[in-house]
Parts: sequence; structure tokens; C-alpha cells
Amino acid sequence: MFHAHNQAMETQYDAIVIGSGISGGWAAKELCDRGLKTLVLERGRDVQHIKDYPTMSLRRWDMDLRGENPRSTNEANPLISRAAGYDATTKQFFVKDEDHPYVQEKPFLWVRGYQVGGKSLIWGRACARWSSMDFEAPKRLGYGIPWPIGYDDVAPWYSHVEKFIGVCGSKEGIATMPDGEYLPAYELNTVEQHLQKVLKEKFGRHYISGRWAHITDAQEIHRQQGRATCQNRNLCMRGCPFGGYFSSNASTLPWAQKTGNLTVRPFSVVHSILYDDATKQASGVKVIDANTHEELVFKAKVIFVNASALNSTLVLLNSTSKRFPNGLGNDHGVLGKYVGFHNYRAGMSAEIEGFEEAYYEVYKPAENIIPNFRNVDKQDADFLGGYVIFSGASRRLIDDNDTHGETIGAKYKNAISKPGKWTAYMYMQGETLPNAANHVRLSPDKKDPWGIPQLVISVGYDDNAERMVRDFLGEGRKMLEAAGFTNVNANDNHWPPGLDIHEMGGARMGSDPKTSMLNAHNQMHLCRNVFVTDGACMTSTGSQSPSILYMALTARAANYAADQLEKHGRIV
Amino acid sequence: MDRRELLRAIAALTGCAFVGVDRVFATPSDSSVYTPTQIALLDEIAETILPRTDTPGAKDAQVGAYIARYSAACYTPANLAVLRAGLGEIDARSRNVHGAEFVKCTSAQKQKLLVDVDAEAKRHARTSGENSGQPPHWFTLCKQLTLLGFFTSEAGATRVARYRPVPGPYKGVVPYKGETFWAW
Repeated sequence: MFHAHNQAMETQYDAIVIGSGISGGWAAKELCDRGLKTLVLERGRDVQHIKDYPTMSLRRWDMDLRGENPRSTNEANPLISRAAGYDATTKQFFVKDEDHPYVQEKPFLWVRGYQVGGKSLIWGRACARWSSMDFEAPKRLGYGIPWPIGYDDVAPWYSHVEKFIGVCGSKEGIATMPDGEYLPAYELNTVEQHLQKVLKEKFGRHYISGRWAHITDAQEIHRQQGRATCQNRNLCMRGCPFGGYFSSNASTLPWAQKTGNLTVRPFSVVHSILYDDATKQASGVKVIDANTHEELVFKAKVIFVNASALNSTLVLLNSTSKRFPNGLGNDHGVLGKYVGFHNYRAGMSAEIEGFEEAYYEVYKPAENIIPNFRNVDKQDADFLGGYVIFSGASRRLIDDNDTHGETIGAKYKNAISKPGKWTAYMYMQGETLPNAANHVRLSPDKKDPWGIPQLVISVGYDDNAERMVRDFLGEGRKMLEAAGFTNVNANDNHWPPGLDIHEMGGARMGSDPKTSMLNAHNQMHLCRNVFVTDGACMTSTGSQSPSILYMALTARAANYAADQLEKHGRIV
Repeated sequence: MDRRELLRAIAALTGCAFVGVDRVFATPSDSSVYTPTQIALLDEIAETILPRTDTPGAKDAQVGAYIARYSAACYTPANLAVLRAGLGEIDARSRNVHGAEFVKCTSAQKQKLLVDVDAEAKRHARTSGENSGQPPHWFTLCKQLTLLGFFTSEAGATRVARYRPVPGPYKGVVPYKGETFWAW
């Protein structure tokens, strides 16, 4: 399906996309749909939908350790083995620690998936929209520069993306979490419905089925992609034979391929973007072949940078020239700064008596969400920003409380084979504040195996994040106890940043070229034919999951670029 | 509901955090550390915990071999040693109380032995916190792996618990009438 990387290939394209993950795939799709000959550069290996999902149909008992990694694998990968969902069935979609070194100036566990499709194979799939409040809060409350765009600029592009990828959810009319173009939502179970009722009545808060990139009822647009309704196998991160959840591999890349305009070159590590003094634009991209270490140059009229937030920032920092000695478009030193992330530090679980007559069938690959209720209309908490809460309830699989004192033998076996007491969990996903001190930069001396400077990451929590954690720990407990839950077991995991896999910023958008890298169209202020539309562009982190915003911003920017090429033959 | 949920459930059950793969750097374990006799003993212990009834038991699910495989590949050498030493202890105790090694005892004798050991293991878990630095009780390890191995086996997942490889539409609310849980 893709261009073999070792064949002689064209070096001139209309567009180059750096990265094939969730935003790069969208750039490729939109640019190809607009008739532009597009080269996608992917640093990792090729992964083709279904064909390259070796574990997708394995059952636990097909595997010696039932899907767990041996200790030797985890010891060899102390970093990546802590990533959510990393196990023997998914590890092929994560990097190995030793292959991709970087420098942790502060603890930061950088989770990467280097292959065609990137982390879109292993993402969490949550797809709520940002609200106008999320875009406006940094300016209104004075904790960051204003976003150059608002909700209304993005809303039609959210719709565009939602319809194509398939997002399930219910229409709720909640201002802090606007409705989109949704397929049927996952039903709440009995205890979740109880929580919903109590939160509504006692707190005026919403507890709703989350919005996830799962096709709960396949439409024609999904069938055209070769995707079918999600079968709720709940094995998503191995790759889905049904294409039930969205990934670049299942959706955007094969779609782009069908236009005849797409070339994907795996094993292509981007070294830098080349700047042309004559045109005052980028002329192309310098690539190091991951296997041969051969240096190659590809040229294009427009370049989309979608290498993931920190890698996109790294590429820009390494794109030095006489005009830009500190990195492309970085006259002011903003590049690499204001790196944010999501605060997932705290979670809790609790149990509740009763509801024994209710169960569910079988499992769902989704969670429920409590939209942000903090600092919405007014500042009502002792911290800035907001948080959402993900939650779910289920019956224990093996419950000691219902064995009638039996601990060994036939009666015990019978008792523990039944579903046990109902439990519920909640965990936070919190906004972090833009802070110049949270930054990445190039190591002056350490290089990666391709001769590219290693990234130094210096990102940490601030006092605001600590106060937010405390607030969630209090509010979560209050809500659970109000609903009749007991034995609340709350926990601050003290995770270092990075494990959230929501790193954002480094090349932020803004109206003022003196304080930002990108304009309202994700276009570099100082190098107009370069667009950065992945997490690097984020002006603030908001509290909602960001991936679908990257997709919407990418589709919007790609069509803007295509409009310009159509009109002027070049980006102006 | 995922694997972590099950591990949490098992931890709650045995009163001790699930002891699995941890990140202590140590020499990798040799997977041939168990003799066939020891694996047979593990099978016998597991079968006593989860016997064959009108549904398969631990031996049907080859839980002994799983415990050997898992502990050799995933445990630290220290915990592996605790578990293996436990096999010696149970035989010694069995000979002491019943005049025969464990596998030769009657079902009732095996049951009584393990009920007692289980109570001791739970007491140990209560008195030694997770961060006390004390090693876990060998029977805690053995019971955890018995449960995990059984319910992730084909026999345990499909013929004791219920398993649907391709479930189709999710139903949030279904009446519960005493069925076994959904394997995952």
C-alpha cells in the first residue's frame, strides 16, 4: 500500500506531512482530498490496518503469561512499561526505552509510539469538545495569552471530524461540553444511573456517558472506509479488525491512499525543515533514513508538522539557519516554552451495597464523564483552570465479601465465580497552566542514534496543580459518599508528567507574533508555509481530551493551506 | 473492566496487593526452577482451592504449570524463593499433621490444611503492610496466581465464568439471576 522506502522516489511534492499519527493522518487525508500530492514522513516502521495487528485476536490462554510481559521486558523498559495499556499484547506499538534516549531534567515519562499511525493505535479515544469557556478562560482569568481562535471557529471542523471518524455520545445541552455529531451513546448501567441522579439532584452536576471515537452504529461514511460497528471486544490497543475505533491506520491514511495523491515513507527521521532566504519560506525537509542513516531532502510548497507535541518542537528547534539561528520562527525564544500537560494525579474507588439484581452485558470500551464544574462562570475554587472526571461502575469479579466464610474448596469456587459488590471509580483530568519555565530544549552535547540532538525536558507540577488535586480528592469523595458509597479509597499517585500522554505546547498559537509561534490558522508567523497542527500548537491545555481538537485544527489548517495554493499557487 | 480490575479484585480477596511483575532490578529467573513434582504439588494445591465440581477445576485448567511459568518469568527472585519455599513447608506440615505429603492426603485433609494456611496468610497480610519490607506469605502468592491463572484459562474463562470473544452491542442494564461473571 505504501511506497517502499528503499525505492527511488520523487523528491518534489505539493505538501509534506511530518508524522502519521492522529493529526498527521488528518493532514494527509485533507490535503490529498484537495488534490495535493502529499508525502507523509514517518520515523517508524509501516503498520498496515489488520495485517500488522499480530495480537488482535489472541485470547488470554493463547499466551503463556496471559498477556503480561515477563519481568525482563519491563526491566529493560522501566519508562515505557509504565504507559497506560502497555502489555505483551500492545508493546509492539510503543518504543523501546533504549532506542530513543532523551534527557529528563525533571522527571517526565515521555510515551512514544513510533510507527505508521503513531499513537493513534494506542490512544484513549476520548472525544469531548472544548467549550467556548475553555478557549476564553486563559484571557478572562489572566493565566495565559489569549487563544487566536474561539469555539465558533472550530465547531464546524469538530463536526467534520466527528462525522468521519465516528464518535458516540448523547446530546445533553451542557454549556461546558458542547454537543457534536454523535452516534448512539453507551448506556449507563444501573449504578451509574444512580450516580447520575444523585449528582444532578444534590450537586447540580452532570454525569453522562462519555464521547468516544467508537462506531456504535456504522454509517455509509464509515463503510466507505472499510470500518464496521464496534463489537465491544475491549481489546482496542492491539489494533481492531473491525476498525471499530478510530486510528490513522484504519481510517485517514487508507482514505488518503485511495485518492492516488499519497506517498508514505516509513523509516524517515526528520532532521530539520530547510529555510530558503530568497522566498522567506521553507523549501523542504531534511530526512535521515532510520536504517541506512542516509541523508535525503524532500521539497514541497507547504509543510505540515505533526510529529507529536514535543517532537514537532524538537524538529523546529533543530531547524536552524542564518535567518533563524535559534530554531525556525523563533526570534523571541518562545519555541519550546509553555509546555503543558494534563494532571491525572488523583483517583479513587469506593463500594456500594445493594443493586444485586442488576448486571450488564458485557464490557464497554468507554467511560463516563463529569464535565468541568470548577471556575466556569466565576472563580469559585482556590486554583485556576478546571478538571473533568472520568468514572464508571462495575461489579467486582472476585469478591471476598460473599463467600460465606469459605476460603478454600467447592463452595468458595462457586461464590467467587459470581459477580460481587458494585464499585465505582473516579479519576481526574486537570488543566495545567501555561508557564515559561516548563520547557524543552536541545541538548548541547547528547545526540540520538541519527545524530539529532536529544530533547531535554524540564516540565513539572506547580502549586496550582497541587491545589487542584486536593479539590478533586475532596469533591470526588463528597459525590461518592452522597450517593451512598463507602470505603472510599482515594489516592494521589504522584505520577511524573508524561504518563498522561497529553503533553501540549512548545509552539503555541497566538495573535501576537511577539509572544507566539503560530497564527489563528496554525501557520508560523515567520515562515508562512509551515503549519503546526498537533499538540505543540496548544495555547493552553483546557481540561478536555485534546486529540479531537488536534484533528479539527488540522483539517481546518489543511483546507486553509489548500485554499491558498488553489488561489495563489503558493502560501502567502 | 480490564485486567487491572481483576488484579485489584484478587488483591482485595487475598488481603494483599497483587504481587506480580515489579521493577526491582535483579537477575532474570530461570523458568525451569520447578521440578515436575513441584508442578504436580502446585496443581494439587490449586485444585484444592478451586476443585472440579460440575464445572472444571484448577487441574483442568493446568493452573500448576501456569503458576510455575508466571512466577519464574515475572516474580523477583526473592518472591520466587518465598513461593518455592512454601511448597516445602506445606509438605513438611502435611507430614507432621497427617503423616503423608500433601498430594497423598485425602481431600478433606488437604482442605483443612489450606484453610489453616489461608488464615495464617491473611493474618500475615494484615500485620505486614505493603511497605513494611516484609515478604508476602507464600500462600498469598500461590492463591493469587491460582485465581489469576484459573480465570484466564480457557476452562476457567469459558466454562466457569462466561466469555464472549465478540460481544456485539453493549447492554448497560440486564437483570442478574445468579450467573457467573463475565471473563474479560
